[in-house]
Amino acid sequence: MSNLVDVGVYRSDVIRRNTRARWMQNIYFSTLIIAIIVLLLLLFSIINQTFGYVAISQEIKAEQLSDRPLAELQPTELATILLEQTPRLLLVMVRDNLSAVPVDQFTSTPLRDGINGTVPDDLADLTPRDLSGDTGPAAYARLLGDNLSSAQLVALIEVNVLKVEIEQSWTLVESLTQREEIEASVAATEDQEDLVFYSWLNNRLLTQRNSQRVEEAGIGPALAGTFYLLIMTVAISLPLGVGAAIYLEEYAQESFLNRLLETNIRNLAGVPSIIYGMLGLTVFVNTLSFITQGRSILSGALTLSLLILPIIITNSREALRAVPSTIREASYGLGATKWQTVSRQILPAALPGVLTGLILGVSRAIGETAPLIVIGATNSISTFPDSPFSRFSVLPFTIYNWSSQPDAAFKNASSAAIIVLLVLLLIINSAAIFFRNRAISKRV
Amino acid sequence: MMPNTQTNPSAIPARPNAIEIKKVDIYYGSYRAVHDVNIDIHDRKISAFIGPSGCGKSTVLRAINRMNDLVIGARLEGEIIFQGRNLYGADIDPVEVRRRIGMVFQKPNPFPKSIYDNVAYGPRLLGIKDKATLDEIVESSLKRAALWDEVKNDLKKSGMALSGGQQQRLCIARTIAVEPEVILMDEPCSALDPISTQRIEELMLELVDQYTIVIVTHNMQQAQRVSDYTAFFSIRRTEDEATGKDTRWGELVEFEQTDQLFSRPAKKETADYISGRFG
Repeated sequence: MSNLVDVGVYRSDVIRRNTRARWMQNIYFSTLIIAIIVLLLLLFSIINQTFGYVAISQEIKAEQLSDRPLAELQPTELATILLEQTPRLLLVMVRDNLSAVPVDQFTSTPLRDGINGTVPDDLADLTPRDLSGDTGPAAYARLLGDNLSSAQLVALIEVNVLKVEIEQSWTLVESLTQREEIEASVAATEDQEDLVFYSWLNNRLLTQRNSQRVEEAGIGPALAGTFYLLIMTVAISLPLGVGAAIYLEEYAQESFLNRLLETNIRNLAGVPSIIYGMLGLTVFVNTLSFITQGRSILSGALTLSLLILPIIITNSREALRAVPSTIREASYGLGATKWQTVSRQILPAALPGVLTGLILGVSRAIGETAPLIVIGATNSISTFPDSPFSRFSVLPFTIYNWSSQPDAAFKNASSAAIIVLLVLLLIINSAAIFFRNRAISKRV
Repeated sequence: MMPNTQTNPSAIPARPNAIEIKKVDIYYGSYRAVHDVNIDIHDRKISAFIGPSGCGKSTVLRAINRMNDLVIGARLEGEIIFQGRNLYGADIDPVEVRRRIGMVFQKPNPFPKSIYDNVAYGPRLLGIKDKATLDEIVESSLKRAALWDEVKNDLKKSGMALSGGQQQRLCIARTIAVEPEVILMDEPCSALDPISTQRIEELMLELVDQYTIVIVTHNMQQAQRVSDYTAFFSIRRTEDEATGKDTRWGELVEFEQTDQLFSRPAKKETADYISGRFG
């Protein structure tokens, strides 16, 4: 037996090459570890901001209003509390929460048309201007009691009657490690602040609209806006992108025009997103406003579709190209037409790859802020989008806006909104992965 | 056109499923891959194409059912006459040509679907939706391809899960299912073991009473065992003296009854090839 370890001149070379291989392996491994650590740090800082103690001050305690907890009261009872405590603010509450018309028209519009919800018959023909006397508050209380949920009314009471205010907030780590110091500092305050362990990720955040006051601010319309925007973006870009990929892969002949098209699509993937925003503003918001109604969800979805089309087209083409040519030949050999071959063999076989492209595209679209600001997403939208032509707000913009507010507590709310955005992304991608795996398993 | 050399076809009514390849040149772009091929492929006989790699035998085979149309830049000059019509005529739809002249490929290529769906794929393309009709076609096709007994209990199983030989017979069943008149086989056994090869060869001999079969093979014993006629192709080359550029193309050397070609080849080149002196 010859000794493989001792074959003279080759030995040192083998050792050198093996050492080099181990080095490279270690380098790759450490980059992976670094990536994971950074990701964990990111998640940690978000969670750290989302939970923790807050110091709350309030002018009136809830027990002074009712002997039962507020959450257990009926809407009409809550409306009565509002009527007794803050009669002068009811008009504003109705306008902010129930108005179906622009602010400047509200006082002159009959309630039947001006209110988003049910209006008692005896009030239907009156305008808020008619109700400016003593009868007004009682009428508004009825409208609020009829149309708002208990939770919404409790929120109104907390803000306007109890005047709940978050005076100070602490992070999760501070709350866990410096509990005594926090308690001592809160006990020393003059206005009897309460210390509460608070989750910024809560029902109010998810359902309420945005506000200047962090106690009231929510992401409801922004969340709905992001959701509808993504659904419409997928509905527009998936068929277009797959169609373009099929054309380029299966039908296009080698020609100057097609080569130009291909080069452009590849380069478009690298164009900064704000440029797409400018394009969307010019084309969809302005030129095509008779279709899109200007700064609407539809304009936003069309713009985001343009943004992610290169990603979807490129990935779909890769997937189509990866379908073995033997399958094509077999299908053509049996007398299939081109479209029969594409639709029955190639597209099903390429579907998993197409969906991977969709996941990449949607992941990009969900986080886009810049083009949507140009298109006209605003943070001050108080109504939930109800049609493709609604004005809209999006989560990333709310997050950006909150994290740049002077009130430090908005940073906590912003972290909670980030969690919502991540969960939404996770849900959408899970759905796509589910369909992808089903497509793979269907291949038998 | 039909020299009655072998079996007596009296039991089956004569069908003009012969193919005449007339003065065919095949180009890929400006490159002429095959030059001046003339072959009369006989009705319900097995014709074998043999020759060294690159001699254009597969190219000619694929020209018969217009599979070459799928290759960008491929072009044919000359005529291929089938049932009295030029397959490359302006009024001919290649889709219908491929339905009537089926093809079995070198590597077994079942679709990633069940055995049933593989065989039913062709009939479904033609618009047959009735379950009972499809069942009948699937069963008779699998029987003709000598696969029915092995798979009749799990038709829902993936076609990819079969062995190589079974996959190739599945591909033959799939081809038969659209009722072609001619079956082209492009080295159908080159990826199979000897036992599977033998089963495919037996199958060919059974099918030939109903179909015209053309087979490309590298295996000269196989050509001798199964074919009635053999075409031998070879490579021609010229060197351009000015540029030193080497140009190659394939040409038909001779087409004869198999017995005669292997025992008394007319050309010395054929004799050299079949005796293993070159190629």
